Amino acid sequence: MADFLLGAAGFVVAMVAVGLVRILRGPSDAERIMAAQLLGTGGVAALLLLAKAMSVPAAVEVALILALLAALVTVAFVKGAGRSRGDRA
Amino acid sequence: MSLALGLLTVLTVSAGAFFFMAGTVGLLRFPDTLSRLHALSKADNLGLGLVVLGLLLQAEGLLAGLKLVAVWFLALLAGATVAQLIAHTARPGDPPM
Repeated sequence: MADFLLGAAGFVVAMVAVGLVRILRGPSDAERIMAAQLLGTGGVAALLLLAKAMSVPAAVEVALILALLAALVTVAFVKGAGRSRGDRA
Repeated sequence: MSLALGLLTVLTVSAGAFFFMAGTVGLLRFPDTLSRLHALSKADNLGLGLVVLGLLLQAEGLLAGLKLVAVWFLALLAGATVAQLIAHTARPGDPPM
């Protein structure tokens, strides 16, 4: 079971890393922040899987904090994007 | 019993990993911002949800299980809020927040 969970964690991280290509390609900032959001959620899933696979219960707490901070990143992005668009108008 | 639980865990975690793959493929292949956002929401909610469900079957004790559910609940709330905010910036005519 631990081997399977470890493999699943590696698979999720690999998939999310492929998704980061969207940050390079854009075209708009909304796409870039979406890739970062996917990285946050994938990181949470990988941490939860690792916590079980390697018997490190504290990793669940790290996942909780990562989920919280990933949400704040996007909220900060939207506030900043709105402000810069308002400046240009 | 524990074999059946293990089998269910393998099934649900695999399904969750599949949804993460679908989210990545959608993010890379879909044609516009809003449909990419749709793919991202699926990965966020269903992918993480199925992974948490699979780990819940293996959880030791009530507190550990509740903590897993709390992580998913937080991700659900954050995902719903964030999807609305990103969609708002993606629409060209809308006033800034």
